[in-house]
Amino acid sequence: MTTQKASALAVALCLSFFAAGCKKKVGVGPMPKAPVAEAPPPKVVVARPIVKFFTAEPTTIERGQASSLKWEVTGAESVSINQGLGVVGNAAAGGATPAVISGNRSVFPSDTTTYTLTATNSGGSVTEAVTVNVTAPPPPPPPVAPQPKALFSEVVARDIQDAYFDFDKSDLREDARNTLTQNADKLKTIFRDYPNGTVTIEGHADERGSAEYNLGLGDRRAIAAKDFLVQLGVPGDRLRTLSYGKERPQCTDNNESCWQKNRRAHFTGQ
Amino acid sequence: MKKTILTLLVLAAAAVSQQRPDIIGVIMGSQKAVIAVPDMRGAGRAAGFMDVLNGTLFRDLDDAAIFKMAPKSMYPTRVPQQPGEFRKPLQYDPNNRNAAPWLQDWSDPPVNADYLAFGYAAEQDGQMVLFGWLFNVRQPDVAAAQVIGKLYFGPMDESGARKVAHEFASDILKQFGVESLAGSRIFFVSNRSGNKEIWSMDYDGPNQKQITSYKSISTMPSVSPDGTRIAFTSWALGQPQVFVHSLETLRRIPFLNPRAGTNQNASYSPDSKQVVFSSSASGFSQIYMANADGSGIRRLTNTRAVEVEPKMNPKTGNEIVFVSGRGGGSPQVYRMNSDGADVQRLTTGEGQATNPSWNPQGTHIAFAWTRGYDPGNFNIFVMDVNTREYVQLTSGAGRNENPTWAPDGKHIVFSSDRGGRSQIWTMLADGSQLRQLTSAGLNEKPAWSK
Repeated sequence: MTTQKASALAVALCLSFFAAGCKKKVGVGPMPKAPVAEAPPPKVVVARPIVKFFTAEPTTIERGQASSLKWEVTGAESVSINQGLGVVGNAAAGGATPAVISGNRSVFPSDTTTYTLTATNSGGSVTEAVTVNVTAPPPPPPPVAPQPKALFSEVVARDIQDAYFDFDKSDLREDARNTLTQNADKLKTIFRDYPNGTVTIEGHADERGSAEYNLGLGDRRAIAAKDFLVQLGVPGDRLRTLSYGKERPQCTDNNESCWQKNRRAHFTGQ
Repeated sequence: MKKTILTLLVLAAAAVSQQRPDIIGVIMGSQKAVIAVPDMRGAGRAAGFMDVLNGTLFRDLDDAAIFKMAPKSMYPTRVPQQPGEFRKPLQYDPNNRNAAPWLQDWSDPPVNADYLAFGYAAEQDGQMVLFGWLFNVRQPDVAAAQVIGKLYFGPMDESGARKVAHEFASDILKQFGVESLAGSRIFFVSNRSGNKEIWSMDYDGPNQKQITSYKSISTMPSVSPDGTRIAFTSWALGQPQVFVHSLETLRRIPFLNPRAGTNQNASYSPDSKQVVFSSSASGFSQIYMANADGSGIRRLTNTRAVEVEPKMNPKTGNEIVFVSGRGGGSPQVYRMNSDGADVQRLTTGEGQATNPSWNPQGTHIAFAWTRGYDPGNFNIFVMDVNTREYVQLTSGAGRNENPTWAPDGKHIVFSSDRGGRSQIWTMLADGSQLRQLTSAGLNEKPAWSK
């Protein structure tokens, strides 16, 4: 927002300067001629003008900021600057000799721009260039989005714990019942917060039975966990069961602590 | 207490080893003919493929387990390439090095062969041709000796060499009333593509091909006896369900799964018109029967236990073996009539007993059992279903699971992780002639089909 305003202002300023330059040009008109001397004019060799300085301050700006061009030229009849600035100074008739033309202008280039000053008299012209580097300002921070609700699947993964089973068993141990009781409370809240979410109860087994029997056993474990949750008031139509048997082990080591990790009912949210 | 158990185990093991000859003898047969199979030579371009040809022929005959293979080191130096080379001597002299080949070169000691398979291969019109003869070398003359004399054609490459060798072997086996395993295929599960998919291969390992590409878990294949369909269990639609593919088009064909969290282990009746499978429609995995398309479902068991892996007797169709946890302990193998009546436990109640599979004659089952080992350490056993006598075929070498029988009723394919990862192996039903067929990725759940 701020940037837009600033650049609009810059454009407006540029335009006004440009317009002012034009007016001046039109206003000045043709130079009045010097009175003709009686004697034939002596042959004078006119030295070319000297640019004492032509600077930009600062030489590096951010887009939308101003840089000030300053110059001083001696011996010129007219001084102009390109990039649309046009004639910026003329020697006054009958003024001091050599004439000193100095001035300054603020410029608002939107990109890096080289300004060339040309000082001219009858002896010729001299140019001097100065570059104003323009850097793009850092982008503004992104608009502030409303704080998103955590994904349903993440909430389930975070809050709902696995229930564990004994080898070759699908009945719920004491610790599994405690876990599932906690899960039931959390699931009721989560289902209230996320009216469209459903939870899949995966049944898993360790590697020591046959894949076929373990598939049936995993199915039993998932159903046992579901039945318990439903008894505690969790809506059954939002719970699905899915047995993986021993096809998707959590842990693949060959020891009891690993096997215990795999004998589980695991919860995922969809 | 421990000592008592140990003593019992030792006694049981002794009892088993005594039973061994009976069961194995019934399955394997006893009197075996001795066959000599000297390496044949090839003419022209055929010469380059003779290793493959000779290897395939020897292996097919050896694999069939109906012959005793005469040891090659005993073969005579005079090996005939065609019958015309035999010359009946007036007086047979085995030490006469200048004599022409004769039948007694093979039937006499040290070879002691009953049969001789010989011949040669050549190039004919750009094709490979095998001239194959089988002689009964116990006969008095060449005319009486010839059992087979036949030409076999194939392309002039390794596949052609395999083809002509398989066909010659197959003709030899037919003479002894045995269907060659050549041409039979083994379906199995491999994860080598990144997911468990169904694959197939020739019975001896070549031609491994991916059958499904569900990029999920697809496992537990079972082929219909008519060879037209394969049923398996797949998670491709979410929950594990029974899938059926045509083996002609390899496309999925409809199967009506009952509404259940798990439907698995479909296998076919002898006429391929019915399936038995396990479904948790009641809340417990139970045994069901249905038409081959899943319609007309009826429940066969009614327990509050996990019951899986039903297999109908392939000969009679009137009984089913299955696995059940109904005893309260670890799963055991049971049998029942095909209407669900007369359930009997077949295994002793020890350990975990799973993966029952009928032999084609419907008399014996092979299965995986942890009896005598820690949970999960399965070995392959064979049981006579009538007498309940059993014999252990593997021991102390990893987990050995999912035995299924070859169409010849003499070979068993199974999976074993004895080398690290689970791979597919075959063996004779007496536990000998072990061969590893796969090595890429993890491979399991083999099913041998005609």
